[in-house]
Amino acid sequence: MSRALTLRRWRWREPSILPGFAPALGFTLFYVGLIVLIPLCALVARPWEHGIGGFWATITEDRVLAALRLSFTAALAAAVVNVAMGLIVAWALVRFEFPGRRLLDAAVDLPFALPTAVAGIALATLYAPNGWVGALFAPFGIKIAYTPLGVFIALVAVGLPFIVRTVQPVLQDLDAEVEEAARLLGAPAWRRFVEIIFPAILPALITGFSLAFARAVGEYGSVIFIAGNLPMKSEIAPLLIVVKLEQYNYAGAASVGLAMLILSFAVLAAINLTQRVIARRGAA
Amino acid sequence: MGEALGPSMSLVVEDIAKRFGRFPALKGVSLAATPGEFLALLGPSGSGKTTLLRIIAGLDAPDSGKVGFEGQDFLVLSPRERRVGMVFQHYALFRHMTVAQNVSFGLRVRARRERPARAEIAATVKRLLSLVQLEGLEGRYPAQLSGGQRQRVALARALAIEPRMLLLDEPFGALDAKVRKELRHWLRRIHDATGVTTVFVTHDQDEAMDLADRVAVLNQGRIEQIGAPADLHEQPASAFVFQFLGDSNQLPCRIEGGVARFDGFTAPAVIAPGAEAVTTAWFRPHETQLAPVGEGLPVTIDTVLIKGAVVRLDCRADDGRRLEVEMPRSDYGRSLSVGAHARLRPTLVFVFPAPTEGAGDDI
Amino acid sequence: MRTVVASRPRGLFAWLAITLATAWVALVILLPLASVFIEAFRKGVGAYLDAFRDPDAIAAIQLTLTVAAISVPLNALFGVAAAWLVTRFEFVGKTLLLTLIDLPFSLSPVISGLVWVLLFGASGWFGPLLDSLGIAVIFNVTGIVLATILVTLPFVARELIPLMQAQGAEEEIAAVTLGAGGLQTFFHVTLPNIAWALLSGVLLCNARAMGEFGAVSVVSGHIRGQTDTLPLHIEVLYNDYNFVAAFAVASLLAGLALVTLGAKAALEWRLGREGAGAGRG
Repeated sequence: MSRALTLRRWRWREPSILPGFAPALGFTLFYVGLIVLIPLCALVARPWEHGIGGFWATITEDRVLAALRLSFTAALAAAVVNVAMGLIVAWALVRFEFPGRRLLDAAVDLPFALPTAVAGIALATLYAPNGWVGALFAPFGIKIAYTPLGVFIALVAVGLPFIVRTVQPVLQDLDAEVEEAARLLGAPAWRRFVEIIFPAILPALITGFSLAFARAVGEYGSVIFIAGNLPMKSEIAPLLIVVKLEQYNYAGAASVGLAMLILSFAVLAAINLTQRVIARRGAA
Repeated sequence: MGEALGPSMSLVVEDIAKRFGRFPALKGVSLAATPGEFLALLGPSGSGKTTLLRIIAGLDAPDSGKVGFEGQDFLVLSPRERRVGMVFQHYALFRHMTVAQNVSFGLRVRARRERPARAEIAATVKRLLSLVQLEGLEGRYPAQLSGGQRQRVALARALAIEPRMLLLDEPFGALDAKVRKELRHWLRRIHDATGVTTVFVTHDQDEAMDLADRVAVLNQGRIEQIGAPADLHEQPASAFVFQFLGDSNQLPCRIEGGVARFDGFTAPAVIAPGAEAVTTAWFRPHETQLAPVGEGLPVTIDTVLIKGAVVRLDCRADDGRRLEVEMPRSDYGRSLSVGAHARLRPTLVFVFPAPTEGAGDDI
Repeated sequence: MRTVVASRPRGLFAWLAITLATAWVALVILLPLASVFIEAFRKGVGAYLDAFRDPDAIAAIQLTLTVAAISVPLNALFGVAAAWLVTRFEFVGKTLLLTLIDLPFSLSPVISGLVWVLLFGASGWFGPLLDSLGIAVIFNVTGIVLATILVTLPFVARELIPLMQAQGAEEEIAAVTLGAGGLQTFFHVTLPNIAWALLSGVLLCNARAMGEFGAVSVVSGHIRGQTDTLPLHIEVLYNDYNFVAAFAVASLLAGLALVTLGAKAALEWRLGREGAGAGRG
């Protein structure tokens, strides 16, 4: 069978002489369909088992609202902190040469590779009232582990690399000549940062923020050990899904899951929109 | 632009048209190559020459038209079935294979029945490497070779499959000038030794004129002229061909009695069919006389550049028009200095019909 | 265009930034890591090794290895196929496909486990069907494998796609003009060019597969000795207040993470020479 290119007007794929399109497409679609698409359909369909009313009743339960509130506010707060600290870390790594710099650079990647349960028990132990860090705050009556503060700390630990790794390449590629021109024209350092550097890295910061946020909202293993998991107080949304599953309340669990997805999607869409607005202003 | 499409032709391209989106890359192109011919496709970027080559190779499909080789319809054949050897501008060598493995690749991937024995493959590789003057480099990797060496490996690789036709897409484009010149002569020798029909794409008119038996000049998706290099120089068919093949000057003139008439002087003219009576005369800097006094266009000399055996003078006419003159060093007189006034007179001009601007964009 | 070059730090701000950055990374990343090993050996080497003599721990190790041995090769195959498809062809719906491939990255692990329960759990879509056939997916190794595949699906693809995009199809096109068929082109030309990136993706995929907690927790049923992977076993030990054992097992996974990162760094150095420019004139 000749694989010659045929002459046709509109095509749904560009003809190519490279082989393997059909098998690659077939396998990929089959795999993605089986592993991602169909399970996702189940998630989208199940909350409506008891109708729209059922879905609504579930997500407006006090306990569910509390859990969603905790997960989302802690994730947002953690992402904000990470933007600040992540920027500082990225800045130090890119702009300065100092002993231990390579080690620091490698260490940043650790949350990507470390299993969440391992991080979870380590953080819980560290910030417990008798843990190394927790003991420092205990005399002041500040409890970290088993409180929403603990959740926040865990989410901060998880999100750092997302910011650093998105901002680092952008910082790396900044045009030295533009900064030098600004310096020669008399702009002080803070001014150069605010007017030249910051606008250039803002898109990357926002991207990193949304990545860290998305990860933090759904984080489970790192958080449940340090969280305390008291309903209405320190229970995160993913845990609530697990609880409802254990009660065989599939529709309820799916409802919380779907609510999480919708809310995350809304936040990310808003962030995306902000990105677009900023980009348009920058380009103008 | 008609071509005699007789049985003595090996490659036949008939009325090929191709557009990318709304951009017409080829607007109805026809040509033919005799067996063993070295044909160059010459033109500026965007002229469609690479598109045409890729269609002949089978890497792209035309929107309409025919391509045939030795009587076979090429368009129904895949690139593999066409058995054409292709050399790419950026070599496309397999970076993880040695030179020997690269060259023998086309032989090693053949089906068992058609595959030559290992010893035979090794012998072929050796023979080809000595043909391209890279003996002894079998074990090197592409990263260890210079640009010129890599291109020679690419050629050996294409020749290994005993192609019916060799297609080269600006093969020397990524090399520096000196290497380019060396490879040019060497490529022609290889072609003469192997006798394979060769189609060579380039934007460098020096290269095309030097190498090819015949040159097809392309412009904006159409063939302006096909002919032997000498014919293109002596009988250019259009203003585009004339100005593309070398430096040129222009002056308005009137054609009367087979001669070009200017203000106060005349010049012999080569008149292309279809040229009008009141038109532009085109002429070469080296077919232009410059003298302090006498008949001719009054000009002021702006710059004088002595390039070895040749002197180039940039001149400016009273209306601001710029003209170039080239004369042998021996003819150069010191009175022709910067700022001096002189008289410029072409010794031979060419006139052409008006270009058909964008005619027939429909495909 | 010149880019800014790292320089010796000068002035208060520079040192402040470096100190702050180092302290923060130490607090947030290095301290927890160190504590894993310190807590693991708190009661000495003997107690540390005891944790691994526990039959439940051994079963957990075996289960984790089994799950990884199934899901990683499958996702590697998928990653290669998807990368080939996406970087060598243009077709309608490519963006949608890429979004779907990236999706597991943004899903909460719990949701990645939940969806399988919704499909195959007792009152899932196929639950009753599986029940009547006597097949168990949830609370079974099968469910764990499916959840792990979903969570680690994008890893290999995401490593390969940018690289294959940058390398371009020139070598493969040349191979086809020389007469090579599909598989020949892939094995002789493509595979050698992506080998290091493929290995890197497989390593990351494996680290995540072995360390996955949330998704597996949802589908496994927590049956000790049978459906507990290493991360779940850690949870069990910790909830039993058996801290030393919990950290001992955790140190195993932490060690795996460190080895993975080290290998990845080495491969990245190697990869720097494999990009689009390497070997070209």
